[in-house]
Amino acid sequence: MTTQPNLAPPAAAKPRSRLYRMWDSDIFFSFRRSPVTIVAAIVAVLLIGAALLAPWIAPYNPFDPSSLNLMDGFTPPNSQSMMGNYFLMGSDHQGRDVFSTILYGSRVSLFVGVLATAFAMLIGISLGLTAGYVGGKTDAVIMRVADIQLSFPAILIALLIFGIARGIIPPSKQENMALWVLIIAIGLSNWAQFARTVRGATMVERQKDYVSAARIMGVHPLFILVRHVLPNVMAPVLVIATIGLALAIIEEATLSFLGVGVPPTQPSLGTLIRIGQQFLFSGEWWILFFPAITLILLALAVNLLGDWLRDALNPRLR
Amino acid sequence: MSEPIVSVRNLVVEFPLRRGLFTAVNGVSFDIMPGEILGVVGESGAGKSMTGSAIIGLIDRPGRIASGEVYLSGQRIDNLPPDEMAKLRGKRIGMVFQDPLTSLNPLYTIGEQLIETIRRHLPMNEAQARQRAIDLLAEAGIPSPETRIDSYPHQFSGGMRQRVVIALALSAEPDLIIADEPTSALDVSVQAQIIRVLKQLCESRGAAVMLVTHDMGVIAETATRMIVMNKGKIVETGSVGDIIKRPQEEYTINLINSIPSIKDETRRHDVPPAATPLVQVKNLTRDFDLSPGMLDRMLKGSKRTVVKAVQDVSFNIRKGSTYGLVGESGSGKSTCARMLVGLIKPTNGQVLLEGDDIWAGGSGTQQRRQRVQMIFQDPYASLNPRWRVGDIIAEPMRALKLVANKREAEERVADLLEKVRLDPISMRKFPHEFSGGQRQRIAIARALSSQPEFIVCDEPTSALDVSVQAQVLDLMRSLQDEYGLTYLLISHNLAVVRQMADDVGVMSKGVLVEQGQVDDIFDNPQAEYTQMLLNAVPDISKVN
Amino acid sequence: MLAFILRRLAQSIVVMGVVALISFMLFRYVGDPVASLLGQDSRLEDFEDLRQRLGLNDPFYVQFGRFVGNALQGEFGISYRLQTPVTELIMSRLPATIELAFASALIALVFGLSLGVFTALKPRSFLTGVVMTLSLVGVSLPTFLIGIGLIYVFAVELQWLPSFGRGQVVDLGWWKTGLLTESGLRSLILPAITLSLFQLTLIMRLVRAEMLEVLRQDYIKFARARGLSNRAINFGHALKNTMVPVITITGLQLGSVIAFSIVTETVFQWPGVGSLFINSVQVVDVPVMAAYLMFIAFVFVVINLIVDILYYAVDPRLRINASGSGK
Repeated sequence: MTTQPNLAPPAAAKPRSRLYRMWDSDIFFSFRRSPVTIVAAIVAVLLIGAALLAPWIAPYNPFDPSSLNLMDGFTPPNSQSMMGNYFLMGSDHQGRDVFSTILYGSRVSLFVGVLATAFAMLIGISLGLTAGYVGGKTDAVIMRVADIQLSFPAILIALLIFGIARGIIPPSKQENMALWVLIIAIGLSNWAQFARTVRGATMVERQKDYVSAARIMGVHPLFILVRHVLPNVMAPVLVIATIGLALAIIEEATLSFLGVGVPPTQPSLGTLIRIGQQFLFSGEWWILFFPAITLILLALAVNLLGDWLRDALNPRLR
Repeated sequence: MSEPIVSVRNLVVEFPLRRGLFTAVNGVSFDIMPGEILGVVGESGAGKSMTGSAIIGLIDRPGRIASGEVYLSGQRIDNLPPDEMAKLRGKRIGMVFQDPLTSLNPLYTIGEQLIETIRRHLPMNEAQARQRAIDLLAEAGIPSPETRIDSYPHQFSGGMRQRVVIALALSAEPDLIIADEPTSALDVSVQAQIIRVLKQLCESRGAAVMLVTHDMGVIAETATRMIVMNKGKIVETGSVGDIIKRPQEEYTINLINSIPSIKDETRRHDVPPAATPLVQVKNLTRDFDLSPGMLDRMLKGSKRTVVKAVQDVSFNIRKGSTYGLVGESGSGKSTCARMLVGLIKPTNGQVLLEGDDIWAGGSGTQQRRQRVQMIFQDPYASLNPRWRVGDIIAEPMRALKLVANKREAEERVADLLEKVRLDPISMRKFPHEFSGGQRQRIAIARALSSQPEFIVCDEPTSALDVSVQAQVLDLMRSLQDEYGLTYLLISHNLAVVRQMADDVGVMSKGVLVEQGQVDDIFDNPQAEYTQMLLNAVPDISKVN
Repeated sequence: MLAFILRRLAQSIVVMGVVALISFMLFRYVGDPVASLLGQDSRLEDFEDLRQRLGLNDPFYVQFGRFVGNALQGEFGISYRLQTPVTELIMSRLPATIELAFASALIALVFGLSLGVFTALKPRSFLTGVVMTLSLVGVSLPTFLIGIGLIYVFAVELQWLPSFGRGQVVDLGWWKTGLLTESGLRSLILPAITLSLFQLTLIMRLVRAEMLEVLRQDYIKFARARGLSNRAINFGHALKNTMVPVITITGLQLGSVIAFSIVTETVFQWPGVGSLFINSVQVVDVPVMAAYLMFIAFVFVVINLIVDILYYAVDPRLRINASGSGK
C-alpha cells in the first residue's frame, strides 16, 4: 500500500506560546479556512449570548403581568402600539413583546438543551466505557439496550417518560418539576449514541499497548479508564455532543409544540411557535415567524459547528 | 539491446499540503527491460510506493505528477486522459498490493472478480473467460481451481488470497507488473512461496516486474537489478549483487550495514551457561474458548472449540541473558509474552521469578509489577497520545510509589531520557512530536523507570525502518550491559534474534519445537520446522 | 440459515418480552386504573370489587402473565379517555398511519439513496455542496416547522393542497384507504413530504459516508488497478459494499417513520395512531400508551428481522463460514 507521507514536524521547533500553538493547530486552521463555520460560530455566540443576557437586554419583561397591556396586542413588527410602545418584532395576543419573549424563550430552550445533553453524555459515556472495557455479557446487555433505544425515535421515548412522570408525580408538583422531567426525558432518549461511540472507541483504545503497559504496572482499572482511555475517546464524543445539542433543542421545541413540554409560565421557543401557529392563518405571521427563525438559526449554527468539528477531527473525510 | 518496457524520466510527484509542498518523488529516472525484475528498495517515506502509483496513474489526492515523463513501450502515458489510462491498467500494467486480506472485494466470488477483469480486457465470452480464470488459478498454485473458483475471498487463507491477487493482476497478460510490498503482510514460509509464484508467472509470460519493498532480503532473492531510494530520490542503481556486496554511496553503505542477517555471528556474551535462571517457565498452557453461542451449539450441534494458543511450554532464562522466542503469526509467542508480564492468565503452568510464582497473587504479583516490564511493537500505540512524555515515563514510578515527590520523579525522568539518548527537555512534549524510533526509546525509558530486572520485548523493532532498528537494538544492548538486564525478545525476524539473543526457542502452533543456544539452532537446526523456516526466510546473505 | 434466523427470533422474543414488561408496569403502576375507570365519586366497595374483578390483587407474575396472554390475543383493555377497547381504537386509526408512513418511507428511500450515491461519487461537484448544505438545513429544521411552512405556502397562500385531514376515504371493509380518491391522494402529499424529510437527510448522509468509506478501501483501489471501468467500480463494487452497513440502519430508520408520525399527524390533524398516542399522553390514558408501545416494538422487531435476512442475503461472510480454506 502507499504510505501517506509522514511529516513529523522537526522535534526541535521553537517553543511558542500555548495560545499560538492552538491557533496554529490543524483544527483552527480548518476553522479559519471555512467562512460558513465562522459565520455559524458568530451566530451561535450571538444567540447564546443574547439568551444568557436576556434580563439585561430585553426591552420588556414579558412575564411581569403588571407590565402587560392587552391594548398592546397584535402590534406588527417595527412599529408602535396604540399605547405608544415600540415593538421591534411585534407583539403577541397578550401584548407581550415578541423580541423579549424570544430572548427569554431561547434561555429556556438552551437551558433544557444543554442540561439534557450533559445528562445524556454522562449516562452514555459511563455505560460506553464500561461496556467497551469490561466486554462480554455486560457489553452485550448494554449494547442491546442501546440498540433498542436507538431504533425508537427519541421523541417517542421522551413522550413516554413524560407520560409516566405525569402519572407518577402529584399534579400539584408537576409544574415545578416539568422542566426537570423534560431534561431527564430528553437526556434518556439520547444517551445511546454516546454509549455506542464511546464503547467502540474504548474497545479500540483498550487493545492499545499503553493500556497494557498501565495494566502491567498494576494501575487500577478505574484510573486506566478515566486517565488513559477517556481522554482518547473524547474527540468523537465532542462531535456527537454538538450535534446532540442541536437535536436536544429541536426535541424540546417539538415536545413543547406538542403541548407536553415546558410549563406555559416558562415558554420556550417551541411554546412560542405553538402559540404563534394559532395566529399564522389570520395574518399575524410575526408571532410565529421570529421564534421559528431563531430556533432554526440556533439549530443550524450548532449543527454546522458539529459538522465542521467532525471533519476537522477526522481528516480522512476531507 | 531491446527497447525498455517502461522508461521513467525525471519524475516528480508533489503533495500540496497545508505547510507547503511535499515532494514525495523528486526527479526519478529509470528503465525496466522486458522480462526484468527491478527491485525498488527504501525506508518509509522514500517515495518508492509513490513511484509505482505514478506509473499506473493511481496517486491519491491531493498528490499529482508535477513534472517528468513516463513511457510504456515508447508511448508516453503520464499525460493520457483518465479514460485512456483506465484502459491501460490491467491490460498492460498490472498491480499487486501489500495486503491480500483487503485487496479483494469480500462480496464477490473470486471467479466473478477474475471473469469481470478478463472480459474487460480480452474479447471472450463468459465460458471462455471462466476457463481462463481456472487456468490462471491453477498456474498461481491454487489447488482444485475448478471448485475453488466459486469461493468467496474470506474462504481463503492470506497466502492463497495473494495468489488470487497475482492471478488477477496477470489475467490480461500485462507487460509490466508493479508489486508493492507483495509479501510484507505474510508469514515467512508463505512469503517464499509467493515470491516463487510471482517470479515464475512473470518469467513464463515475459512480463517485467517492478518490485517495491522495504525488505532487502526479498530483493536479494528475487530481483536482478535494483534501485535504492531515499527521500524521493534515487541514491544508487545497479545489479543486486553489486549493491549488496559493494555499495558505493554512503547512504547505501549504512543501510546495508544495518540489515541483520541470519548468518551473522552472535556477539560474544559473557553469561556463564550455568548461571542461575532468573525466570523459569514451567509447562505454560493457555486455551482460548472460541465456542459459538449456546443456541448455535444446540441447533447446529457444533461442539465447543477451544484453541490451544500455548501448549505446555517450558524454558529458563538465565540472569543477564537474552532469550529469543521466534515463530510465525499464530504461533503463540505473543500469548507467552503476555502471560509472563501478567496480562493474560495462564490456563495451566507456572511462571517463576527467582522462585516466586508471579500468578500466585500476593507477593508474587508485587514482585512482578516491580521487576518485570514490557516493550511493545507499535510505538504509536504504546504511548498515550494525550500524556506528556514526562508523565508517561514517570507512570511506573508513580504506580509503584517509587518516588517521594514530583521533583524526584522529574530528576529520574531527565536521567532516563539521557540514558536513551534523548534531550531531557523532551519530557514537556507529547508523543506525536517524535519519530517512530524516538518513541520506541521513550517506551524503553518508561520500561526502565521502575528499575526492573526483566524486560519482555514483543517485536520491539518490527514497526521501524532498518536503520532505526539498528539504533534501537544497539541501545537495548548497551542498556543490558549497563544494568545487567535480562531480556525476553519476541520476534518473527530471525536475523534480529540471531543478532541479539543468547538462547533461542522456536514456536509453532503453540508448541515450543526446539530450543538451545542461538548458534546451535541457527547453524545446525534439528527440528524440521526450524529448518523450513531458516530456508524460507529471505535473507540478504542469499544474494546470488 | 435456520440457526441464524432462529437466533434472531429468540432475540426478538426477548425484546418483546422486555417491552411487554415495561408496558405492563406502565399499565399497572402509573396512575390508578381503578380510579381512572370509576371516577371520583364511587364508593369504596366499588373500588374493592372492581380491583378484585380486574385481578389487581393477584401476585405480580400472575398479572403480568395475564397481560401477556391478553396482548397475544390483541387485548389491551379499555381506553380511560374514550371508554372504547384499545385494540378497536388502534385498528381504526392504523390504515391512516400506515399509508402515510409507507409513502414517506418510499420518498425517503428513493431520494435518500440516490442523493447519497450522487454526493459520494461527485464529492467535489458544486451540486454536492448545495445538497450537503441543504441536508444540514434539513436536520436543523424541526419536523413541525416544515409542516407548518408547507401548509402556509401550499395550502394557505397557493391553495393548491389541503391543509389537514385525509380527504375522502374508501372503505374496503377491513381497511379505510385514502389512496383511491383524488382528494385522498392530494391530502397525502404534504404530510408525506414532511414526514420523509428527516429520514431522507439521514439516509442520504449515511449512504454518502459509508460509500466514501468504501471508496477508500483497498479492493476499490485494486479494482482500479485491474482497469475496470468507473461504472463497474462505482455501481458494481462500491454500491454493493455500501449496502451492507446501510441496510441495517436504513431499515430501522424506515421503521421509525411510523413512530415519527406522531408530530406530523398532529400538525396535519391526520387521523392516525400517532395523534391518538399524543392525546393519550396528555391525559395519561395508560392502556393506549401501553398498547402503542407494544405496537411500535412489534414493528421494530419485524423490521429488524427482515433487515437481518436481507443482510444475510447480501453478505457471503455470514452465509458461508471460513472453514474449508486450504493452505
